[in-house]
Amino acid sequence: MAILIIAEHNNQHLKSETHKVVQAATAIGAQITLLVAGFSCQAVADEAATINGVSKVLLADNAAYQHQLAENIAALVSELGNDYSHILAAATTNGKNFLPRVAAMLDVAQISDVIAIESADTFVRPIYAGNAIASVQSADRIKVLTVRPAAFRAAETGNSAAIETVSAAHDAGVSTFISEELTKSERPELTAARVVISGGRGMQNGENFALLNGIADKLGAAIGASRAAVDAGFVPNDMQVGQTGKIVAPDLYIAVGISGAIQHLAGMKDSKVIVAINKDAEAPIFQIADYGLVADLFNVLPELEQQL
Amino acid sequence: MKILVPVKRVIDYNVKVRVKADQSGVDLANVKMALNPFCEIAVEEAVRLKEAGSATEVVVVSIGPVAAQEQLRTALALGADRALHIETELNLDSLQVAKLLAKVVADEQPGLVILGKQAIDSDNNQTGQMLAALTGMGQGTFASKVQLADGKVQVTREIDGGLQTVALTLPAVVSTDLRLNEPRYASLPNIMKAKKKPLEVKPADSFGISLSSNVSVLKVTAPATRQGGIKVESVAELVDKLKHEAKVI
Repeated sequence: MAILIIAEHNNQHLKSETHKVVQAATAIGAQITLLVAGFSCQAVADEAATINGVSKVLLADNAAYQHQLAENIAALVSELGNDYSHILAAATTNGKNFLPRVAAMLDVAQISDVIAIESADTFVRPIYAGNAIASVQSADRIKVLTVRPAAFRAAETGNSAAIETVSAAHDAGVSTFISEELTKSERPELTAARVVISGGRGMQNGENFALLNGIADKLGAAIGASRAAVDAGFVPNDMQVGQTGKIVAPDLYIAVGISGAIQHLAGMKDSKVIVAINKDAEAPIFQIADYGLVADLFNVLPELEQQL
Repeated sequence: MKILVPVKRVIDYNVKVRVKADQSGVDLANVKMALNPFCEIAVEEAVRLKEAGSATEVVVVSIGPVAAQEQLRTALALGADRALHIETELNLDSLQVAKLLAKVVADEQPGLVILGKQAIDSDNNQTGQMLAALTGMGQGTFASKVQLADGKVQVTREIDGGLQTVALTLPAVVSTDLRLNEPRYASLPNIMKAKKKPLEVKPADSFGISLSSNVSVLKVTAPATRQGGIKVESVAELVDKLKHEAKVI
């Protein structure tokens, strides 16, 4: 048995999701190889080599992999993957994009969004927006899994694994990168933050989201949103927490002006402590909140910022 | 150009699901079923491309029990031209679904395949990518904007940090994200007309593909329920509880 993990990075830095996938993989109990596929990404490989539990880092440095186009990455991973019993990636938009393609090329199933590893062939994953939890067993020759980062802690660093270069260059030639528009933010990443404060339709408009800034600064929190707030154009979609957005499990989640639809709860109900601030005492969010405050958020938010 | 839109019959997104006491699955008896919301967006996008003159025909396909024909009729009422029902009582994996769809693609030769990014029952988010792999097509997943020009499709994708735009050679596979469009409602006259549109039925086992899965579900359980919380009266009390009781700030 041997495990191949595909690292999540932006060609400069390794993302924390990778450390969590490594931690998840240690539960399978086999040698772990980390693949860094990108362009001018030696620094990422160096960083990857420091993760405890990793025995080898493969570096595929080629222009074809610069933007993580699924067609090219999948060709590389499916070629390398034949020598492994498990192939893992984080359940990020990137991992979700290329890994099913890899699985189909290897003619095996994929198990998505794994939240617990019971054994080398048995995995736990949520279905129906997290309203049911399934234990599934795979008899495939290669187990292909995406791992939900929020469900695992990050592996420690301090290791110095060997780095090997992979020369294989795959360019499927059916897709090209045109442009990228990334949201600029000084705050911690939503999926990695210890505290998350989210606004919903109750915020009324995009300007009012500024009321969350001061609180987020004091708590070192990331700012999220419900789908209603995103659809209404208050904030960009990459701030969305829920079944169709990001899944978070911070120590503290503060839901402001969010009613608590099933799809939103799917993205945050594993948070350690949930606080709800809503003027509707009947809002479903109060059924799962540890601390609820029934009040107008426009009065509460300035007061909260002051008292922190 | 022909557009193929695979659609799925799933439990209605507003239904609070119940796990069966014997842990064999989720109770689907007498539960309201509907077209998967992401599939609805896929149908809408295909119909819009046809209305804009970029496509000539929209074909919808669904794999599942006889009842899935209801969802195909819904798609026809939304503007699709004809439907194909691949009948099976089996609960197929994404890989088997993708293999069946690859056969349909070989038969129909669509210029574009548009499907939803994930079904809200299995939450897999795999079928589009697998279909693209099996047919060797490029993939534009999690699309929030689709533009056809010069034999290519330009897809703006919703990624974790923002948006990414890629260009794919046709034929290609596109999977829809929520913000791609707002699906229309089927009008009564269109629902009536949809009853007369062609709907072909083929048994899934006539495609010569093994429909057995290597993945078995051992059990399905309800998620751990959260402890009932308390209501606080003031911001001061809330801050105090977070500091001293929950110790999270």
